[in-house]
Amino acid sequence: MTSAASTAGTPAPAPGKLEFKDDYTPEEAERVIRNSKGLPVGVKPKMVWTWPKALLWAAISIVCAIGWAILAVSRGEQISAIWFVVVAICSYAIAYRFYAYYIQIKIMRTDDANATPAERVHDGANFERTDRRVLFGQHFAGISGAGPLVGPILAAQMGYLPSVLWIILGVIFAGAVQDMLMLWISARRRGRSFGQMAADEMGKFGGMVLSIFLVVMTAIAMAFLALVAIKAMAASPWAVFSIGMTIPIALIMGCYQRFLRPGRVIETTILGFVLLVLDIVAGGWIADSPVLAPIFTLSAKELVIALVIYSFCAAALPHWLLVTPRDYLSTLMKIGTLVLLVIGIIIANPSVKVPGLTELASTSTGPTFSGNLFPFLFITIACGALSGFHGAVSSGLTPKALEKENQIRMIGYGSMLVESFTAVIALIAAITISQGVYFSTNMSAAQISAASGMTITSTSAADEQAEAAVKAVNSMKVSDIEGNQMKVTWESEGSNGDTKTYEGVEALKQAASDIGEKSIVSRTGGATTFAMGMASFLKSYLGGHNSMAFWYHFAIMFEALFILTTVDNGTRVARYQIGEMLANVRKLKKFGDPTWRPGNIITTLIATALWGTMLYMGVSDANGGINAMVPIFGISNQLLAAACFMLVTVCVVKMGRAKYAWIPVIPLVWDVAVTFTADFQKIFDSKIGYFAAAKTWQAKIDSGELTGEALTNAKASLSNAYLDGVLSVFFLIMMATFLICGVVVIVKTLKAGRFGAETTSEDPFVESEWFAPTSLIATSLEKKVAREYAAKSYELAHESKAAA
Amino acid sequence: MPRRLAAALTRAWRGVVWYMREISGEARYDHYLERFASEHPGERPLSEKEFLRAREAYDKEHPNTSCCC
Repeated sequence: MTSAASTAGTPAPAPGKLEFKDDYTPEEAERVIRNSKGLPVGVKPKMVWTWPKALLWAAISIVCAIGWAILAVSRGEQISAIWFVVVAICSYAIAYRFYAYYIQIKIMRTDDANATPAERVHDGANFERTDRRVLFGQHFAGISGAGPLVGPILAAQMGYLPSVLWIILGVIFAGAVQDMLMLWISARRRGRSFGQMAADEMGKFGGMVLSIFLVVMTAIAMAFLALVAIKAMAASPWAVFSIGMTIPIALIMGCYQRFLRPGRVIETTILGFVLLVLDIVAGGWIADSPVLAPIFTLSAKELVIALVIYSFCAAALPHWLLVTPRDYLSTLMKIGTLVLLVIGIIIANPSVKVPGLTELASTSTGPTFSGNLFPFLFITIACGALSGFHGAVSSGLTPKALEKENQIRMIGYGSMLVESFTAVIALIAAITISQGVYFSTNMSAAQISAASGMTITSTSAADEQAEAAVKAVNSMKVSDIEGNQMKVTWESEGSNGDTKTYEGVEALKQAASDIGEKSIVSRTGGATTFAMGMASFLKSYLGGHNSMAFWYHFAIMFEALFILTTVDNGTRVARYQIGEMLANVRKLKKFGDPTWRPGNIITTLIATALWGTMLYMGVSDANGGINAMVPIFGISNQLLAAACFMLVTVCVVKMGRAKYAWIPVIPLVWDVAVTFTADFQKIFDSKIGYFAAAKTWQAKIDSGELTGEALTNAKASLSNAYLDGVLSVFFLIMMATFLICGVVVIVKTLKAGRFGAETTSEDPFVESEWFAPTSLIATSLEKKVAREYAAKSYELAHESKAAA
Repeated sequence: MPRRLAAALTRAWRGVVWYMREISGEARYDHYLERFASEHPGERPLSEKEFLRAREAYDKEHPNTSCCC
């Protein structure tokens, strides 16, 4: 009986190889859990306090409090961005150690004597035990994406304080709690999916509502993320070339692995990464070439068409050829880049340029997102603090690979903390560049035209764009961290190698030339801002100033890889979901068969048409599309989170733990307040509502003043506003129905007064025969238990052989 | 002292390689072999290529629903 644990990096003993000395202290012996055969299968969770530990936690708390105080009260002077890292890590540590532990003890009551789905089913496919450290990495790669890199950038217009508060407190009390509890309920139900669990616990109707909701949401998320990527790629030959080349790179990797070296994943990944770096360098040559550059300079609309055709074809290709190799690359980039960035921030030690609260925090007319701080800041940040999609991931593959129940806290809560940390990094990127540059980049051409009085479009000359952007920035009454009117400045290297600060139009020109682009004006969507920040962190210790253009495009590649993976996977997932939904109709039963080709083509067409249309309408929008898409994406995502909390609350109440139901109910109530307020305003408000916007566009079109491109764009904005408005109404009705379903189930349960696992769909207790440590690093007690487990299981195997 | 350092470095390197192989899925076939040997002693397991093809066919019918952000 060999296991993952015996091949692990730590010296976990192979059966029978290591002697077990019964060296437990009496307290330790009490905590060891044994099954009926006397096999030690786990350790009861317990907080053991020693003096050094107590002092360490006291020190962490003090540092944490000092950090928060500095972020909260600093006025009129620059602060170091490292404080954000310190505050985040200390807060996460405290929350993980105490709050997550409290939830584990009071609600989850994880029990290592109970077998996990991997042990129960153990079919060698998805139900396969996975070492906890590996599963942590896989789960993180599964939940993380481009979402947390976008939201905090857009939210930074209001200042850093509300964003940092929500990212950190939100993840502690909502996001990570949701991920962990969803993982928990799914692990107790053989890794059943979110939709299935909703149907089991809240009735078929609830399950159906959720399935429809999920399909629409997947399409919206894909359209939004693709829009972000396209905004960064439009009119940038470097980005278009290097990202386009990832397709042949993936094909080369796929063929290499299939035909030359089957199963050699690491080799393939290294090969792909080397090609990727060469590809980014080559992008620079393309951008410099007067012949090739125009070929790869594509407008946003052309890119949409290319992307939609690509994704339709890609969905027909076998997995190993395109999707799998790209997954390797994006997993490597996800984990590797995060580490590089943290080191970069510490070495570069950038200072914060944005105040805690800007003047825009008290208005509803900021350029990056419109609406008041409550609720739209929370809607905009979305994934970095709380993401409903994670409910789908936490109930997918991860629970099927879990070795022990006690690992749920580390994997569910811990991974989400890391995800939130990426959001903090994105926030740092947005607040350490000059506010003038930030607004120049993140305002749409229409907004810049309105604020500056000059008319520019995305095709205007770079100089003209820069001039208008500077005028627009100067006309906005927003202060920097020192309390002065914000300015457009850019720090760069002068001709003799010393630091030089450029101002105004010069600053925008220098910034564009430093990152290898023609213009940085009006590159909305957040990707450009994030990439500029990332490039300045990484150049500080990898390659110096001249490498900035490379790192900028490396960062764009980093986001684009995430997004392309999402688009590929999303199309496939949506295809299956649509197939399953169609199969419910009697005459269309054939669609349920995933190997039926015509059905596949039709469902793929529906899926691509869904998100492709939304994306096309987004890019043709007169305001650039991001502004209209952010709320609809955020609202749908946060509504799904509400559905997760509702389901978890139902499970908690059914288990008879209503006393602790406040743990999921508080974030549920908060989330419902945020999403429903936002949705209501988007439907009914006369300033920021979609229908109000539609009316304005209709009036403009009817007036007959618009001609040519302006008229087409206005028409796109009109249909966009109607579509988003209809979607808002749809979401509101769907989610309200789902929540009512949940409340009815809770009230019924409380009235009936029957509680316990048997009233739920939870699997009955099955005795475990596996042992594995709980946290990333095994404790000394767990090492002792591992020795006993090895000795004992060897003994038992011997006995059963002898008996046979 | 240098010998101990070398031993520590070797251990760290092995840990890194182990982690990369596990997280990338490269070690999956090894785990299959281990399990097959203990459950069907004496029988012939699938070759690595056959195993990978079987795995692919399985994944095709069980799409991964994880996505996004």
